[in-house]
Amino acid sequence: MANDTLTDAARADAEISGLDALEIAGREKEVSRGARLWASTWPKLAAFAIAIGLWQVVVWSGWKPPYSLPGPVTVAEELARQVGGRQLWDGLATTLQRAALGYIFSVAVGLLVGLAVARSKVLRAAIGSMITALQTMPSIAWFPLAILLFELSEKAIFFVVVLGAAPSIANGVISGVDYVPPLLVRAGRNLGARGLNLYRYVIAPAALPAIVAGLKQGWAFSWRSLMAGELLVVGISQTSLGAQLTYSRELSDAPWLLATMIVILVVGLVVDAAFGAADRTIRRRWGVLDQAGQ
Amino acid sequence: MTSTTTTPESATAAVALSGVTKVYGRGTNAVLALDGVSLDVRPGEFVCLVGASGCGKSTLLNLVAGLDRAQGGTITVADDAHPGLMFQEPALFPWLTVEANVEVPLKLRGLPRAARRERVAELLRTVHLSDFGRKRPHELSGGMRQRVALARTLALDTPVLLMDEPFGALDAMTRDILHDELERIWTERQLTVLFVTHNVREAARLADRIILLSSRPGRIIWSTEVNVSRPRRIDSPEVSAIASEVTDRLRTEVGRHGK
Repeated sequence: MANDTLTDAARADAEISGLDALEIAGREKEVSRGARLWASTWPKLAAFAIAIGLWQVVVWSGWKPPYSLPGPVTVAEELARQVGGRQLWDGLATTLQRAALGYIFSVAVGLLVGLAVARSKVLRAAIGSMITALQTMPSIAWFPLAILLFELSEKAIFFVVVLGAAPSIANGVISGVDYVPPLLVRAGRNLGARGLNLYRYVIAPAALPAIVAGLKQGWAFSWRSLMAGELLVVGISQTSLGAQLTYSRELSDAPWLLATMIVILVVGLVVDAAFGAADRTIRRRWGVLDQAGQ
Repeated sequence: MTSTTTTPESATAAVALSGVTKVYGRGTNAVLALDGVSLDVRPGEFVCLVGASGCGKSTLLNLVAGLDRAQGGTITVADDAHPGLMFQEPALFPWLTVEANVEVPLKLRGLPRAARRERVAELLRTVHLSDFGRKRPHELSGGMRQRVALARTLALDTPVLLMDEPFGALDAMTRDILHDELERIWTERQLTVLFVTHNVREAARLADRIILLSSRPGRIIWSTEVNVSRPRRIDSPEVSAIASEVTDRLRTEVGRHGK
């Protein structure tokens, strides 16, 4: 009898593991890292080559004189010269420092305001739609006021960067919390998560994908606001990337101007790639990303 | 609201419902979901609630779980135990591994790390998922996910398990195996189970007692003890006989809502 139940248990075990093996077979598609990297890289390289090619064709067509639209080779030489010198790096450091400061502050404000609005019905009614309105306001439109308030100073730039980025971040938090599946909240409550623990264990992680999307958008807005600010608020001792754009235009130094623009574009791409990687990691973990297709 | 206070038959019931009434909405849109439902579940009893759509089965479980509030009547769980609730969907946290999902209730209870690890390993063994602790929910099949959800609910260390059609979305073969598993775990851990289903065979396979609820409003209209020895098979003649009797009653009840 005891022997019988033992074989019963063993059989049940075998049945279950057999069923499990059948059901999850073929779910794990292994694509090599190199192949995946190449699959996501070659379209970018091709697009880059086409863009450079078009640029060269426009230059060859003689549509504009070379002193206002130099070719890719001239600009590349200028860029190489800049990379070898100090000026570009000093400017980059100044700009990135402003960006980091403004962005970090925006993240703090955006997260706090977003969480407060998501939690409170009164606050949502009061400022929920205003946050979206702020988000649609072009950041450059804030500069006249900022300059009146803070004159041509770092503070004016900071003010506009925060106003540009914080609403997007707050909106990310709000929509993230709004779209947490109610079933997960009920499950969390049944497992004993109440109050702050419910936020820590369920709502915050469930809202993370939307929050990261908000952070990414906030970065894009803050970077744009910063560039606009640096173009307008020049001559405050430091030569930022934006100031270099202004100077190069005043000196009609087109290769310098285009080289600086390329640097700005590259910074934007690098940060965007970092956010993209974070986003993909999250989606892979959450199981909403098809492993084969990226 | 009507709140008929009939004293519970026994003070030893694991779950005692007395005149439970639940209304959704207000005024002319009000829907009476449950109307004076009284039910005592004995400790260690496996009770299946069966009913057609709109009978308030899920509402009842939510009330017992404390996720919702009744307008009338009382609900008592013995020793103020906090019942564990399982849903038709596994409701696992997709951002956590299988292990970490099972660990959540243990963390919330403040168990130290070493004790948590031990408990998680033991629970995963119980549901035959020891090899899958590091996987994420989306990497598992539906049946496996539901077993993780069961392990996570068991981690609450509660004597009362509420199950809301937990196997409704699974294929027949997986469901049969999970019935065996649930029966085994229920016996080993001496759980009290309140199990909601619209699958009459499932009820006959699992229950000590089947309770039939009417629809709109939800009332208990009939109940029967299932005196079939365990372990049972879903295709055994005894289980089938009970199932067809319940089906007949259910069809009569559904027919009432036609012309």
